[in-house]
Amino acid sequence: MGRLVAERLTAAEEAIRIKMEVQGLSVHYGNTPALSNVNLAVKANHVTALIGPSGCGKTTFLRTLNRMNDLIEGVRVTGRVLLDGEDIYRPGTDVVALRKRVGMVFQRPNPFPMSIYDNVAFGPRIHGLRDRRRLNEIVEKALRDAALWDEVKDRLRSSALGLSGGQQQRLCIARLLAVEPEVVLMDEPTSALDPISMLKIEELIQDLKATYTIVIVTHNMQQAARVSDSTAFFLSGELVEYGPTDVIFTRPRDRRTEDYITGRFG
Amino acid sequence: MTRIRHSVLWYDRFFRYVFVASAALVSLIILAVVFFVARQGFLTFTVVSPWEFLFTTNWNPPANYGAFTFIFGSFAVTVLAICFGGPLGLAGAIFLAKVAPEWVRESLRPATDLFVGIPSVVYGWIGLTVFVPFVREHVNGAGFGLLVAGIILGIMILPTVISVSEDSLRAVSPALEEASYGLGATRWQTLSRVVLPAAAPGLVTAVILGMARAIGEAMAVQMVIGNSPQFPRSLVTPTATLTSEIVLEMGNTPFGSTWNNALFFMAFTLLVLSLAMILVVRLVVRHRGATP
Repeated sequence: MGRLVAERLTAAEEAIRIKMEVQGLSVHYGNTPALSNVNLAVKANHVTALIGPSGCGKTTFLRTLNRMNDLIEGVRVTGRVLLDGEDIYRPGTDVVALRKRVGMVFQRPNPFPMSIYDNVAFGPRIHGLRDRRRLNEIVEKALRDAALWDEVKDRLRSSALGLSGGQQQRLCIARLLAVEPEVVLMDEPTSALDPISMLKIEELIQDLKATYTIVIVTHNMQQAARVSDSTAFFLSGELVEYGPTDVIFTRPRDRRTEDYITGRFG
Repeated sequence: MTRIRHSVLWYDRFFRYVFVASAALVSLIILAVVFFVARQGFLTFTVVSPWEFLFTTNWNPPANYGAFTFIFGSFAVTVLAICFGGPLGLAGAIFLAKVAPEWVRESLRPATDLFVGIPSVVYGWIGLTVFVPFVREHVNGAGFGLLVAGIILGIMILPTVISVSEDSLRAVSPALEEASYGLGATRWQTLSRVVLPAAAPGLVTAVILGMARAIGEAMAVQMVIGNSPQFPRSLVTPTATLTSEIVLEMGNTPFGSTWNNALFFMAFTLLVLSLAMILVVRLVVRHRGATP
């Protein structure tokens, strides 16, 4: 009896820990299918890595999670994407509020052409925060969380474009953390960076998962193995295999996953 | 092998000379025009005091040469043109660049470019037959004056303002917009806080190029301004600008007379103003190049 209750609790716990759930998701660009019938559950406070060859649909998948694809003309999305149990594609969804909860870091660092401070304060400001002291606190905390504070604290008022590529990417992460999202989507965040900056960002991802749920697209197998808890392998718009990272990388069930991971194609 | 090399070098050198010569010729012609206009213009001051010319309004040659009315008129119509055409053109550019669906853009963009090809006499004629009577009946006064000239010029500078500012809006990296949307910004917040500031140098350039076009326009202005050398008491009283006065009087004055020289100095004033605007454009553009 006791054991049964315990098992139920774990099951309930498991259910709560699902942050985003994708059900039967298909995406078309015009008549070209980009994703077909993807089912995947993103666990809270996990790092989920999406891997696969170029054009396999992993970036498309990532961008459906905060409806960034809406910006592209001619995109058709079918299926459901649940955030805390609510379908974000339901008509009447507040996309702006959604993107505040599910934020995104892009492949190339894209700081705004303004000061470091204004970059980080951008999010809180557009969401209505005016209080100078509160803004200062948020900016400092976000920069500390993004492991950038010590490098920029003396030049917050200088242009963000003067930072190195790695610093710019961490600034973009800080800018996102300042709006306190629940889910952080990262689209190959280190592909344009040098190895040292890359490692810094990977360490950062490890620190962030205590607070945030992270989904990361990467072309780098070692990176997926290093930073992620779960890995999803995409091929030609299909989700081939999804499971704990160590299982995917050591005992994949699908032959295609094995071939890709061992570098036989891709 | 060496033969081919030699002939290539020969062609190289030949075309180099051709290009250098053309460039030199073009510069020479421009400099000659500026020099000629300036020389004739400055001859005015052997008879007329610069003070009288630049700061008094009594234009009654050959007795009085007060040209301030015209200088003021040129400035006034230019400012009015920017007031009418600037916001409208910017709004149109924002619409075309960021709001309109692709097919609307594809059909409107060539239409705005077509605007440029309409001869200024057509604009002037429309002003004369539509706007002047309208203002006379519904606003006040004779209808001729700064107001109608400003409106017509405002319409004439639209294509310039629209196409230059649309280009600069579209040149803003989509990555910046995505970053903004990715932080939960609305479309309007993204436009006003990210896209417009990033495109600002281009927008300033658009407005200045529009001003340069407006201040130099002669025909359309001459048809609707009223051509009376009096300082305007209101926006709807007939007056004149530098360009309209030159057009009006250049045929009646013998070359070399003080009157004729005074017209040349008015032309020189225009030239300096346009040059100043172009210099400002270059400064703005260079600034943009320095801090992308």
